[in-house]
Amino acid sequence: MTSIAKPPVRHPSSRTNGLGLTLRDYEGAMSTLCAGCGHDSVTAAVVQAGWELELEPHRIGKMSGIGCSSKTTAYFMKQSHGFNSVHGRMPSVTSGAAAANRSLTYIGVSGDGDSLSIGLGQLSHAIRRNVNMLYLLENNGVYGLTKGQFSASADVGSKSKKGEANEQTPIDPVLLALTLGATFVARSFSGDKKQLVPIIKAGIAHKGFAIIDIISPCVSFNDHEGSTKSYAFTREHEVEAVHTDFVPLQREITVPETDEEVRTVTLHDGGMVRLRATASDYNPTNRESAYAHVRACQTRGEIATGLLFVDENGRDMHDYLRTPATPLVDLPFESLCPGKAALDSLMERYR
Amino acid sequence: MNGVNDFSFKIGTVNGTGSASANGLLMQAIFRMGIPVTGKNIFPSNIQGLPTWYEIRVSKDGYTARPSEVDLVVALNPSTYAKDVATVRPGGFLLYDSSWPLDPDLVREGITIMGIPFGRICVENFQGDRDRTLLRNIVYAGSLAALLNIDMDVVSGMLSEKYGKKPKLLESNHKAIQLGYEYAKANFQCPLPFHLEKMDATSDSILIDGNTACALGAVFAGATVGAWYPITPATALMEQFKAFCEKYRVDKATGEHKFAILQAEDELAAAGIIIGAGWAGARAFTNTSGPGISLMQEFIGLAYYTDIPAVFFDIQRCGPATGMPTRTQQADLLSLAYASHGDTKHLVLFPANPGEAFELAVQSFDLSERFQTPVFVATDLDIGMNDWMVKRLSWDDSYRPDRGKVLHKEDLDKIQKFSRYLDVDGDGIAARTLPGVGGKGAYFVRGSGHDKHAAYTEDSDAYQELVDRLKRKFEHAATVMPKPVFTLQPGAEVGLVTIGGCDAAVREAADRLRDQGVTVDVMRIRAFPFGSEVREFFDAHDRNFVIEQNRDAQLRALLAVELGIPRDSMTSILDYGGMPLTAKVVVDGVLRHLAQVPA
Ligand SMILES: Cc1ncc(C[n+]2csc(CCOP(=O)(O)OP(=O)(O)O)c2C)c(N)n1
Ligand code: SF4
Repeated sequence: MTSIAKPPVRHPSSRTNGLGLTLRDYEGAMSTLCAGCGHDSVTAAVVQAGWELELEPHRIGKMSGIGCSSKTTAYFMKQSHGFNSVHGRMPSVTSGAAAANRSLTYIGVSGDGDSLSIGLGQLSHAIRRNVNMLYLLENNGVYGLTKGQFSASADVGSKSKKGEANEQTPIDPVLLALTLGATFVARSFSGDKKQLVPIIKAGIAHKGFAIIDIISPCVSFNDHEGSTKSYAFTREHEVEAVHTDFVPLQREITVPETDEEVRTVTLHDGGMVRLRATASDYNPTNRESAYAHVRACQTRGEIATGLLFVDENGRDMHDYLRTPATPLVDLPFESLCPGKAALDSLMERYR
Repeated sequence: MNGVNDFSFKIGTVNGTGSASANGLLMQAIFRMGIPVTGKNIFPSNIQGLPTWYEIRVSKDGYTARPSEVDLVVALNPSTYAKDVATVRPGGFLLYDSSWPLDPDLVREGITIMGIPFGRICVENFQGDRDRTLLRNIVYAGSLAALLNIDMDVVSGMLSEKYGKKPKLLESNHKAIQLGYEYAKANFQCPLPFHLEKMDATSDSILIDGNTACALGAVFAGATVGAWYPITPATALMEQFKAFCEKYRVDKATGEHKFAILQAEDELAAAGIIIGAGWAGARAFTNTSGPGISLMQEFIGLAYYTDIPAVFFDIQRCGPATGMPTRTQQADLLSLAYASHGDTKHLVLFPANPGEAFELAVQSFDLSERFQTPVFVATDLDIGMNDWMVKRLSWDDSYRPDRGKVLHKEDLDKIQKFSRYLDVDGDGIAARTLPGVGGKGAYFVRGSGHDKHAAYTEDSDAYQELVDRLKRKFEHAATVMPKPVFTLQPGAEVGLVTIGGCDAAVREAADRLRDQGVTVDVMRIRAFPFGSEVREFFDAHDRNFVIEQNRDAQLRALLAVELGIPRDSMTSILDYGGMPLTAKVVVDGVLRHLAQVPA
């Protein structure tokens, strides 16, 4: 059951954000995922990010496909409008919702099966359309919900629980997104909340399609030795390209004392991401070098993490569509229907 | 047939040679002479080189079905000469391009064969291959003007309207039309025994195709989101929607668009987009044809099960598989009525012509929002792509969209708790909220088992309660769907039941049958689910025929399953070769079957 309500008790000392909401207000129903599933940690990071960003929960559309990962939209922000669509097709549903009502914040959650097999086409085209949304790809290298088949992100040689080795080349969502022109590309690890939370916040504030590939181990089917999407493997092989801080517009912006070089990217809404390169020459605003870096890490058997690429100058779907700032759903009918006089005069064209 | 203002002719050409504009010119000129006329384009699924025909029917009585015989064939495609010669009715005429001699084998007794050297005329009078090819069409239009007595002033006026801003084109077109006209005048007895004379029967009408009419319906109904993937014969619908939106919905000062058209990567995405937009509160639609409907099935089931409005225009073509993309059929009836896996039933509208397509397109959005469910508008290639003469479309400015039961913030403030799928009124329709309205109105859409509070469940009773509500909603819809159109004759014992684009042929057939002493009543069904009057019509007639354009008698199957009408009590007349229905097929079918019935 995915909607066991959590008891509504609030700890008297819980801190509230600017909206007067506590962290608990950003939680959802009780998770029914396996204890220890990486997806629950991602949920916790989303809760944290939403609370810190002071998002109004009811102004959020939580979108997903089908899979264990896709279930998690029920586990955060219970006051938000949610949509579990069909397997692999969340991007189109979100595109339509965003076209109709651009004033909401769309957070999409998907799995590697959902995104890279059945939904690869839709993911690619949402990138191409540059839909304004955050796309969390909870990547565990297996199909969790259908019990452990290899997904398209399983590395060559990685083993299934039964010991069978995967022989097919994986699809790397980060390389895919960089290739297709995504304007915000990041990778993180469900076990690294410190890194994940600011990236999620930046992704939400980004104008356009923000994808975060999150290695999120499946403890039931893919957390054993031989898996390249396990906790142990990820901890050992993670290489952070940049350290990311997120500073929302509302806050006073103070740059912490540091001797490392800090690069600041101003987001569309005026907020900022501060990126401190951990590799000395890493430039997260250059698509080619970001791509090369991810490939180089891959060759070395490492997983590149952090906000790998961001471009705040891209045109998003609404720019292409030339839609007004007022959401289409709020336009009065009178301004949409040309009316009798127009139809009567139009009829002359068909004579 | 075949007298003044009552005949038909067809022109056989090669696809891609530019004959469409000449054919359109002829058709429109006849219309502007005040004479009822219809044109059917019989074209191949190919861009260039294959045979194509344009059939024009002139009918002072206003019959608009495809003609069952042709009085005159203009044969301009040597590869179809044999076929074209064969289709002329006995006593009719064949006009061919005599720049090259006609094969003596093709000469047929009992018809008049006339040669005009269209090709040679063009070579002698115009420069360049392109002009010579294009203008050949205008030359034959000129010859037809002479042979059929088309008013040359009307034609000149139309050419000026079309090429007024391009003097060179205007001049060459004028010259071409004149050359054809004069050659025919000089060489043949003009006009032919069947010909045109001015009337005043079209001032109230327009010439329009169904795709354009549906697009206009979507604009006037206030649809803001359109998503689609190109497919014949549905493509023009979105193109027209775009054109109308650009005319009426672009803010001149800011350039902002009060609409969003997304060309999706495939039909799955198109369906997903309109469902997302419908959930968010927009009036959204897609246009597709059979193959697209097949791909959309999973999403259609989701929208049905989660109570989300969305409008699907299905411009049917010949299936299955790729079938014959440029031929017409009504073979998606069952796949629309029950689209998707599991127990599903959908609302489907069946316009008979572009005029009704406009009205039902508007209604489809109202029904979809009122019942919070997918609605299909099923037309076909014939309705969608051919030019029909219909009454001028009209609009009532007092129209307001029926948004159905939507709870706004003020409504939510007044209630204790919002439950998304609670059937308060007993009509199966639960109130919905739109995303963004506030925490109290927030709920979760899921295609998995859910109860009336929208919570996940695998509980048998809760599941059944929900699907029973959907059934109740469907049954309620049956009482408000557009009623059938009846054409009744006193004392008729035979009933003809039909649907969509068969209408014109069936009504004409009813008149022909009456001339032969068989009086019939006609019921044209306009919607699924069927209302109670449908059953009553069957009960009221000793003998019922169901006329439709598919192999498997899909309408009859639906009537049998949904209304329990015994299948054997309905005689099918089926026409599924891909051409628009003719009255002759109906008349012959009815008479043949009646003759078999013991008195
Ligand atoms: C059309 C369709 N095919 C197959 C399925 C079965 N199915 C459900 S979830 C799933 C895989 C989910 O894998 P992933 O997206 O990686 O999510 P995870 O469960 O690993 O988080 C599959 C194949 C389905 N629901 N729909
Ligand atoms: S099966 Fe795997 S992915 Fe699914 S909940 Fe369990 S641990 Fe998570």
